[in-house]
Amino acid sequence: MTTSAAQTAHSHHYFVPQPSIYPFILSGGMFLLALGFILKMNGFAPGPWVMIAGAAVIIYVLFGWFGKVIAESQGGDYRAWEDKSFRYGMIWFIASEVMFFAAFFGALYYVRIISVPELGNMVAEHGVTLYPGFTGAWPSSGPKGPEFTPMGAWGIPAINTALLLSSGVTVTWAHWALLKNNRLHLNLGLAATVLLGFIFLGFQAYEYYHAYTELGLTLGAGAYGATFFMLTGFHGFHVTLGAIMLTVILLRCLKGHFDSERHFAFEGVAWYWHFVDVVWLLLFVLVYWL
Amino acid sequence: MSVATTHPGEHHEHHPSGILRWLTTTNHKDIGTMYLTFALIMFFVGGIMILAVRAELFQPGLQLMQPEFFNQLIGVHALVMIFAALMPAATGFANWMLPLMIGAPDMALPRLNNWGFWLLPPAAILLTLPFTLALFGIGDGAIATGWTFYAPLSVQGGIGVDFAIFAVHILGVSSIMGSINIIVTIFNLRAPGMTMMKLPLFAWGWLITAFLLIATIPVLAGAVTMLLTDRHFGTHFFNAAGGGDPILFQHLFWFFGHPEVYILLLPVWGLMPHVLSTFSRKPTYGYTAQVYSFIAIGVLSVIVWAHHFFTVGMPVPALIYFMFSTMSISLPLAVLFFCWIATMWRGAMSFETPMLFALGFIVLFGMAGLTGLVLADVAADAQYHHSYFVVAHFHYALFAGGIMGVMTGVYYWLPKWTGHMYSETLGKWHFWLTVVSFNLTFMPQFFLGLAGMPRRIPDYALQFAEFNAISTVGAFILGFSQLLFAYNIWRCVKGGEKAKDQVWESAEGLEWQLPSPPPYHSWETQPEIK
Repeated sequence: MTTSAAQTAHSHHYFVPQPSIYPFILSGGMFLLALGFILKMNGFAPGPWVMIAGAAVIIYVLFGWFGKVIAESQGGDYRAWEDKSFRYGMIWFIASEVMFFAAFFGALYYVRIISVPELGNMVAEHGVTLYPGFTGAWPSSGPKGPEFTPMGAWGIPAINTALLLSSGVTVTWAHWALLKNNRLHLNLGLAATVLLGFIFLGFQAYEYYHAYTELGLTLGAGAYGATFFMLTGFHGFHVTLGAIMLTVILLRCLKGHFDSERHFAFEGVAWYWHFVDVVWLLLFVLVYWL
Repeated sequence: MSVATTHPGEHHEHHPSGILRWLTTTNHKDIGTMYLTFALIMFFVGGIMILAVRAELFQPGLQLMQPEFFNQLIGVHALVMIFAALMPAATGFANWMLPLMIGAPDMALPRLNNWGFWLLPPAAILLTLPFTLALFGIGDGAIATGWTFYAPLSVQGGIGVDFAIFAVHILGVSSIMGSINIIVTIFNLRAPGMTMMKLPLFAWGWLITAFLLIATIPVLAGAVTMLLTDRHFGTHFFNAAGGGDPILFQHLFWFFGHPEVYILLLPVWGLMPHVLSTFSRKPTYGYTAQVYSFIAIGVLSVIVWAHHFFTVGMPVPALIYFMFSTMSISLPLAVLFFCWIATMWRGAMSFETPMLFALGFIVLFGMAGLTGLVLADVAADAQYHHSYFVVAHFHYALFAGGIMGVMTGVYYWLPKWTGHMYSETLGKWHFWLTVVSFNLTFMPQFFLGLAGMPRRIPDYALQFAEFNAISTVGAFILGFSQLLFAYNIWRCVKGGEKAKDQVWESAEGLEWQLPSPPPYHSWETQPEIK
């Protein structure tokens, strides 16, 4: 690695961007969004308006900042050395996302293996009967939780698994096409990936509707409801982000951006998509199936 | 040797002036300066809060404030000192020094770097805003759970908890962005020929810190998110009625919270060998051993978290596992202590202010380590848990270890940053006042803890009065001594004796080959390491 760094180091100066106001404005937008959310949750009337203002600022910055980066990329400011920084950066960003999901999988493990069974075995372990008749069997909404029907694995979730796995294949198809300079297959593969992503989200939305209206499965449905919705919900949020990013990449491809040598943005988004895919597989096995 | 570092005609030599320079900067030195300035300001903010607490504890009985406000001050003091003073100070060091030390033209992702800093002021505002809102009758003040957010108290708490949750989210984003930047810079922007095992130890310390942040900050974000949904959206993560468990929160929190201790300390451990070797005029002893110790401590730190709540009612095998894994951290730590002492062994030592702080650090942080072993013992911890013994222990770790370590770095590098020498006389006064009043403040707290005084209580039994009075006197001297520190920095920024490029005669490393202060852009042409 050192020798290759030495070679690139001497070929040109590392690109240090011009001063930019976007990071500062983005922080301001996040402040407003957080403040508005706090006010809304605590019943203060201006809350939603402050949130909308914050979100608008964030969206403005996303367009401006990413637009600037795309312009720099098209202008040839980024070469192999900078490209490597972006790759390392994306890898460690995804690593932090893995740990975020690990917290919720950890909570699922804890309630299934430790807290719910313990509440069910109160008599045997501690000689007291706190919750008569509560067995601690999974799925459970706890000793005082509402009645609910757990989500089955082999309906929509199985279809969604097939959709996401297929989208992993189509994005790889697009990548190979890009490497071979086959723009038609690149665009087709990406379009298929985006489509599969949005169909997945549609099914997921229908599943939530079904859960709330027919199964009695809500955020308030105890340990099962909380872990189910937080895990699948954050996953769905990440799929949404991934699908939006893929859409941007598709639009860029249609405009003729990227070539077989330089396409970090494409690969970064593809990595992100595969990460979301792997999280789903864990969800399917640990949340829906087992 | 003076290295040509500016290239006439480079397109990025001009930058906005005035406030816009700081809002928009992509320069690692500017960003480092902002981090360090912010940290110093928040150090005083957090300090004022705790002086109010110590004033209340000067005598038994409630004198100055209600218990609710006392609890708010304690929790926000800790959050401010950890997230807004100590961590930004270490990140400021990294920003300023890593590119200079490894021969990089800047940090690898400069705009992200600026974002990482500018997330801090909004977070600090969110953290402290509830104090102000309460004055206008909105809400009931800041978070009053202590910095640990323990459920169910935090589930039941007021609007201050929501503010703290989002402050922590934003601080977390900042830390992750900073960490990604540091990892990428170290991996990708090192000077040609600088292999990983030629990396300055400061960079190694920060590399492990950055990995720990990426591994643990997202777990804290997840934990406080669950707390938020428990508070407002009807989930039962921490509520037994729904099958959840308040202890789940403790596991998630301390999975972050214990590595956080090393996140605060590893940058300082990385800096120590540089200072000790410079002022002992000897090469660093045991470079490789120190690198492997950093890695070992990093790995061990994420598998020992439950020693923070031994008394919660865990199964005995878990207690034994967490006890022995915790104690095993003392092995790599002892290697570090040995290397620090061996670096000084038979050296031609001199005692400038940075060296004084480094020596103070070794002695006092050593006491933190030894008392940590006491608390790691399950049986002993049953006695000392939640007592002032714990408070004294972690202030020896985080003030004498963390903050005095940061002061070591500030005095060591200030001439490089400003181009001026600080006042050695004021520096020595600052050191002696700090070290004496620190012990005056916290040594009595060991005895208070041994005698059974619980922490986080605004009133106490009469037999604790003397030690509390001594501790309060010490705290006020300690707090006001820090004005000397701020004044010395101010003086040094404004002027003073010109610093040489090689500020300290036997200091080694690329950073000393640059002028003091270094030009706005340095190492645009990377040095070659033989």
